Amino acid sequence: MSVTQLSTAPGASIGEPLLSIRGLRVGFRRGGAQFEAVRGIDLDVARGEVVGIVGESGSGKSVGMLAALGLASSNAIVTGSVRFKGEELVGKPAREMRTIRGARIAMIFQDPLSSLNPVMTVGAQIAEAIRLHQRLTRKQAMARAVELLSLVAIPQPERRVHQYPHEFSGGMRQRAVIAMAVANDPDLLIADEPTTALDVTVQAQILSVLRSLQERLGLGLILITHDLGVVAGHADRVAVVYSGRVVEQATVTRLFADPRHPYTRGLIASIPNLEDSRERLFSIDGAPPALGRLPGGCAFHPRCVHAEARCRTDDPPLLDIGDRLSACHFATTLPPFHGLAATEIGSVAS
Amino acid sequence: MSRYILRRLIAMPFLVLGIVTIAFLITTVTKGDPLTAIVAEQQMSNPEVVAAAKARWGLDRPLPERYMIYLGNLLSGDLGTSFITKRNVGTDILYRLPATLELVFAAMIFGTVLGISLGVLAAYFRNSLIDHGARLFALFGSSLPVFWSGLGLLFIFSVILGWLPGPGRLDARLALPPSVTGFLTIDSLLAGDLTVFRDALWHLMLPAFVLGWTVSGTISRLVRANMLDVMSREFVLTARAKGAGEFRVVVVHALRNTLVPTLTVIGYSFAYLITGAVLTETIFSWPGMGSYAVEAARALDFPAIIGVTIVGGLAFLVTNLLTDIAYVVANPRVRLG
Repeated sequence: MSVTQLSTAPGASIGEPLLSIRGLRVGFRRGGAQFEAVRGIDLDVARGEVVGIVGESGSGKSVGMLAALGLASSNAIVTGSVRFKGEELVGKPAREMRTIRGARIAMIFQDPLSSLNPVMTVGAQIAEAIRLHQRLTRKQAMARAVELLSLVAIPQPERRVHQYPHEFSGGMRQRAVIAMAVANDPDLLIADEPTTALDVTVQAQILSVLRSLQERLGLGLILITHDLGVVAGHADRVAVVYSGRVVEQATVTRLFADPRHPYTRGLIASIPNLEDSRERLFSIDGAPPALGRLPGGCAFHPRCVHAEARCRTDDPPLLDIGDRLSACHFATTLPPFHGLAATEIGSVAS
Repeated sequence: MSRYILRRLIAMPFLVLGIVTIAFLITTVTKGDPLTAIVAEQQMSNPEVVAAAKARWGLDRPLPERYMIYLGNLLSGDLGTSFITKRNVGTDILYRLPATLELVFAAMIFGTVLGISLGVLAAYFRNSLIDHGARLFALFGSSLPVFWSGLGLLFIFSVILGWLPGPGRLDARLALPPSVTGFLTIDSLLAGDLTVFRDALWHLMLPAFVLGWTVSGTISRLVRANMLDVMSREFVLTARAKGAGEFRVVVVHALRNTLVPTLTVIGYSFAYLITGAVLTETIFSWPGMGSYAVEAARALDFPAIIGVTIVGGLAFLVTNLLTDIAYVVANPRVRLG
């Protein structure tokens, strides 16, 4: 597998990126066999930039980010390079990783119902996050927790801070989780499907809370999602992940207007469109390959309408094709595609 | 929450009445004739002596009347007079109970500390040597009869190695400290007598371990299963993502979430040990309620048997009630819901 010069890639940041991932691979040994959940992810995130990572469940997008933070399960084999502010994180001792996790890089997870400890008050959990990285008294940390709760627009934070998670609604829990994540004023926030488990109306609120915090604190934000609408509405740049690899990476506008990978095209074509009178929604045929059962050549070829002979044998590298990166042999010669314009993207975004 | 506890409290007198009734009735359906415990064998053929004994102990009256008399006496705190010791059963039990309680408390310390730590380690190092070792330890603890493990350990640690003293509560050459709590370890400390304290503690070790071992198995298996479940929950990942160390993740976040079911099993184990210490007390010549019960049963000392049964039943009820209260306190969802 080849790694392209991403530092000169279009859409990438100028100067040293906040986070720079190169050739990240995550393998698991199960029984005697070995499986690769992530087969080489390259990604850059600049200060204050919002990068979306899109892919189906099981595509390796979450596992890759967990591994980057040293949070993959103990039987995972992580290789490649993850540099945060120039510092290599892969292979860093657990003790040192703990000083970065929660302080410089924070991560929030999908299910706000289970991502808070049910037997600790919300305030105690936020205070814990603070006191793990800052020398504050319990009282000072609790006062800060109240501030943080009001920062994520939770009403009556002085009262709420003493309540248990089960007294919070789903949306409020996710706000509390976000408050906890930004407690130590991190540089980078990784949000793994932050709105998937929530009602549609609440999703929009949570995203706007995330965005306003991101802008105010100048956070780098990685939005992991399977929802293209979320990406369209909130990300600056998008990486599309399929079977553990980035298959296309571009700015949001370019990606949606003119996708240059058949998988991306399939994803965009499956977005429901109110103005469209088609009766049936488009869907990509087939299912993503199971772990350890990857087809030869391009992993997407069995589902690809453009697949040709070489796709079955040669795995295309992620290449710079001018205005983006794409891992398709026919990236530049794909037939025209009716993409979505910025305004349409807006209507898709929830 | 308070309503739930209140309901339990209201039910208590009825449960106690049930225990008393059953304990009383059981003695009337057993084959043994209490007269053999009262009247000397050569006097059994003498009708005058037998009739006098019957009248003396009220055995000539019909069962319902005896039952009502017993209940009446019980209400005034009188458990009756032992056939054998000729003392009040209540006094006898109060004299024996602290020894049992001291043994059971010490056993519970062994049982919970071993059970929880082995359960946590087994779950954390799942399928490792530690996990298998803990499983084996639990299996032996729950399945070895105490007369086997007790005698075996006595033989190894007392006879062969000589590290721990033999049976009994205290070296016969030592004087008992003035009784305050009835717990030798505490009373000796109160009296400032470290020699007695050390000796009492050494005597306590082996029986307490043997007894604690039997419940540590159940506790460790339960803790392991719950820990495995809790460790896979997302808040554990959140705690790690915060930068918390593994010890903190395991003890503060995961273990605390397994406390509720653990408390329940600890409570039941405690109740089980109070009534189940009989064999251990017999092997270690422990002068507690268990050995009193054995002596009473051998001699068909019915007032003592009923008394021990009632006290044991009460201990069970009270422990279960305390367990339920602890359950409510440990679980914020129950507490506030």
